[in-house]
Parts: sequence; structure tokens; C-alpha cells
Amino acid sequence: MNPLESLRVAGESLAANRLRSLLTMIGVIIGVAAVVVLVAIGGGAKSMVENEVEGLGSNIILIVPGKFAFGTAPSLSRLQYSDIDLAARVVGSPDDVTASITSGEEVRSGPLDFFATVQGLTQTVPQIFNRPIAQGAYLTKADVDTGARVVVLGADVASALFPGEDPVGRPVTIAGVRFRVVGVAVRRGSAFGVSQDSQVDIPITAAQRLFGVSAVQDLAVKAPTPDRIKPLSDQLVAALSAKYPGERFSAVTQDQILGTIGRILSLLTLVLAAIAGISLLVGGVGVSNIMLVGVRERTREIGLRKALGARQRDVTLQFLIEAVLLTAVGGAIGILLGVAISAAVGALSPLPTQIAWWSPAVAFAVSVAVGVFFGVVPARRAGRLDPVVALRTD
Amino acid sequence: MTTLADVAPGVAAAIEARDVRRVYRLDGVDVDALRGVSLRIEEGEYVAITGPSGSGKSTLMHLLGCLDRPTSGSLLVGGRDIARLGDADLAQVRNEEIGFVFQSFQLLARTSALDNVALPLVYRGIGRGERRRRAKEALEAVRLGHRLGHRPTQLSGGEQQRVAIARALVGEPRVLLADEPTGNLDTVNGDEVMTILERLNGERGVAVVLVTHEAEVAARARRLIRIRDGLVVEDTIVAHGAAVRS
Repeated sequence: MNPLESLRVAGESLAANRLRSLLTMIGVIIGVAAVVVLVAIGGGAKSMVENEVEGLGSNIILIVPGKFAFGTAPSLSRLQYSDIDLAARVVGSPDDVTASITSGEEVRSGPLDFFATVQGLTQTVPQIFNRPIAQGAYLTKADVDTGARVVVLGADVASALFPGEDPVGRPVTIAGVRFRVVGVAVRRGSAFGVSQDSQVDIPITAAQRLFGVSAVQDLAVKAPTPDRIKPLSDQLVAALSAKYPGERFSAVTQDQILGTIGRILSLLTLVLAAIAGISLLVGGVGVSNIMLVGVRERTREIGLRKALGARQRDVTLQFLIEAVLLTAVGGAIGILLGVAISAAVGALSPLPTQIAWWSPAVAFAVSVAVGVFFGVVPARRAGRLDPVVALRTD
Repeated sequence: MTTLADVAPGVAAAIEARDVRRVYRLDGVDVDALRGVSLRIEEGEYVAITGPSGSGKSTLMHLLGCLDRPTSGSLLVGGRDIARLGDADLAQVRNEEIGFVFQSFQLLARTSALDNVALPLVYRGIGRGERRRRAKEALEAVRLGHRLGHRPTQLSGGEQQRVAIARALVGEPRVLLADEPTGNLDTVNGDEVMTILERLNGERGVAVVLVTHEAEVAARARRLIRIRDGLVVEDTIVAHGAAVRS
């Protein structure tokens, strides 16, 4: 009996018990759909993070004091404002270096207030990071050199303090000190659930005075090309270590951040997929169970087929194909359902989803494998039936 | 005992049993179902096997139909000793040499008459078109050419048994093995089925072996084999409706 013939017989037999076939498939359908959806959510989260990290700007190196690692507290910085010049000499371009000081502060305008992330920065920020300006202009070199009390507002801060008004030229107070608004940043949305629009930028020199510190927290450098990232990182750390003997500095690149987050997200996706896989396994047990019932019900048919010349192999193959057809059709429906749910989740919830080409393929392959694995026992039982006994069964 | 073998020795038998024994083991106890049966069924013969229940009649039929193997002795079907064949070869012998007709018809309920009849050819690896052509021929031979697409539930008992006969016939077997073929039929339909079997035996030369406990059915055969307690107790040629005792 050729396999095509077996496929036809299997299809007819499944079609004959449509409701039962569908109920049996539900386990597989849910399992496969769950795998596809969870992998899509995991993939979406990962690509969102990648977009956000890449969206910061390209080829960025962050120099932080101490060791950059999970479980290690950030070191108190001894970096000085003058280290910007040191870094500029290493990079060979003063426009590609900046430094920052960050503190959460109350920003007020009349009766309205907003608790914002106040960042002391330099005029080179727009060259290094993606920070487009919607209204007004960014900080200038003169602002930074003189420690001018001027501020660029994040979109949320601007709309909270100046609803429906143009904030440029208007005064605000930051930690009780009066600043003048020179620009408003373009809305950037949130990263990792944290708004990027609740930030305000002031000259780093003004920030030092405002916060009463002489150090800067970190340096940021833009490498001219991706292949310069690694050597520049090493040179910067070496130069700073020479200047501050006994201190440790770390260079953090976007790839490192992506690598760390990517590993965490991949692991998370894998765990989710494995949990979803358990339901696929349960679905497989259901298939096995129904196939065993089917073999019992069709004992006479099996006996007849054997009497007419079916070999053990023919009968086993027929039932195995039936089991695989059940899980393969279930898998295909599950993939369609999973893709539909992923699209719905992506459209209707804040969770981004992205379907990797391999996830439906793997889900389908796994459902076929489940059919083979859980179909073998019932199929062998069918194949081994003694025709004499089988024909006597009622 | 006079058999055709004695009349025409040397002619190859369709089935030949030599001292066939079949022992079943039930709950650790050996049960002798057949205790040394020897018989020859010639090509084109028309034989009835009768015997009371528990005589070993069914066991003999299963053996003649290659559904089972003897515990000892040899059983030649189409010249091959089935006692020595593996399961797959046995299945092939069933497929090629034997046509079964069962008391309860044993048709696939959701399958058309045509595809029911074509079923044995599926296991012979014959293509669908050719299968259907031969199945149609076989159905026409039992005068069911007008019922090809009907399912068993849409057919009368007599028609169902004729479909089963067509299925037994489609593979052009050496032996047609009918187990109580009229057992589930009324007199009129039973008579028609018997007439068809006799006609096929006469026209096509296929050997017909009837297993029955109905005296009237057995009486229509040309040879009567009686089984009792696992042994052949009578083997008679019946000529023109009158038994000639050996």
C-alpha cells in the first residue's frame, strides 16, 4: 500500500469523525499557538530593545568609573570636567565627546510642577546622540562655557508645564533656581516602560553649580566607525587610568548592552516557549489516547484489512499517518491562530510582537514529531492485531 | 474415502493439508482444536465443510484462509507451505490466493461499494484507476453494476453480501472461502447468494469452500467434509444431489 493511499485513507477516517478530530487537535492547536505567540512576544521585546539602544545614536562608547557589571554598585565618580578635553585628544575630535551629570529635580513654572530627570550635558550631545529639537535650539558652546542657566525641555515636561503654549523663552525654576527655556526636544516615547520625554537638559557647568559638585558622572564618546569602537575604548580607559592611578574605568558599548539584554531576553523567550511546549506535550498525549480508542473501535476494520492482505506494516503506517495528519493539521491551525493572536497583541497591547520565520517552522516540525512519537504506540498495536481475533470483535 | 485426489492424482491442489494440528493455549491449558486433519481441495472444486460448534470448523477455516498457521503439519496454499511463512508473506498469500466471504459481510460502512470491492487491490499496489475498473467488473459479475456509488447502509443484506462476494472475487483468487455466507440472510437472498457462488464456481473455475451448519446449503455442494472433535469424520463426493458414500 503506497503512502499516498494511506494518507487518503487517514484523511477520510479523520473527516468521518470531524468533531472528535477537532477536539483531539485542540491540545496541539493551543500548544503550537502558545509557542508562536510567546516567541513572537519575546522576539518583539528583543527587537524593541535593540531599536531603542540603536536609536540612542551609533558607535557610542560610554566611559563610567568602576566596573560595569550586574550586582556591582556604580562607583562614585572622580572624573573631572577637564577629562572631556583628555577624551577629545584621544578621539581627535572635541565635537565627538560629551559628559553628563544626572539628578532628579523638581521643575516648576508658576503653579505647575514636574519631577524631571535633569541632565547636565554639553553642546555636542546632538552630534553624538539622536536628540532632535522640535522648537527653539539646543544648548550652545557659549552656554556650556559660561554655565548659562538655560534649559531644553523634554516633550512631557514641556506639555506639563506649558500646556498649549510655546515654552521657548519662558522661565522655569529647577531646584529653586531660575532657568530660561531655549528649546523643546522631539517626543521620543518610552524605553523599557520609562518615558524618555521627562528629561531636561542643562549645561553641565550649570549643573555642577546647581548640584554643588565638581565631578562629572560619565563621559560619552562617538567613534567615527564601528571598527574604531574597540581600540578607542581601550585607549580611553588607558588614558584615564594613567591620569587617576589606582582607579578603575570601564568602557560600555551598545553591543555590550545589547548582548546582555539580548541574552536575558533570549533565555526568557526560551523559558516561555518551553512552558508552551508542555501544553503541546499534553496535546500529544491526547492524540495518543484518541488513537488508542480509534484502534479499539476499528478492530474489525483492521481485522478485515488484514484478511484482505494488509501487512502489519500497512496497518501501522495507516494509523501512524493518521496520528501525524492529526497533529500536522492541528499544528497548521495553531500556527495560523498564533500568528493572528500575535498580530492582535501587537496591535492592541503595548507588548510589541515579532514573528521570527523559524518559530512557525519549528512549531510545525515539533507537532509532526509529536504525532509520530505519540502515534507509534497505537499504530503498532493496530498493526499487531491478530486478524482472527480482530474479525471476531463486535 | 474417495476424493478427487484419488481420482486424479498428480494434479496440483488449490489447498492441501497434511496432518494439520492446531493447539491453542488458553490460561495455561492446551486445547486441541484440530488433531491431525489431512485434505486436498482441488482447483475449481465446490466443497462444503460442516460440523457442530466447537468441532474445529472455524479453526480449519482460519487455517485454510491463511489467517492462522498450524501448530504442526503442513498446509500448502497455491503450492506454498504457510506453516513456514512470515506474517508479511502470509498477508500476501491471503491477498492473492484467497477471497473471503463472511457471515456479517464485513464491509467498510463509510465507503462506496466500488471502493469496498477495490480494497484488496490496494494492498497489491495497483493504481486507483485500474482498481476501480476491476472493481466495477467484479460488481457487474454479481449484478450490482448499478450500485457502484452506494454505501453498504444503502444496500439490502443480500446486496451487501454480493458486494462482499465481488470483493472476494476482484483479486482473482484460487479459492473463495465463505464462512456461513447465508447466515444473516433470508431465504430468498440466501438462495441468490448461493446461486451466484455456484455460477462463479462454474464459470470462472474458482474453488469455493463453504463453511456452514445449514444442511440445505451444504447439500448444494459437490463435496461434503464433516468435522467433529478436531478430526475429519466424513469426506463425501455428492453427485447430482445424491450422496455417494465412500
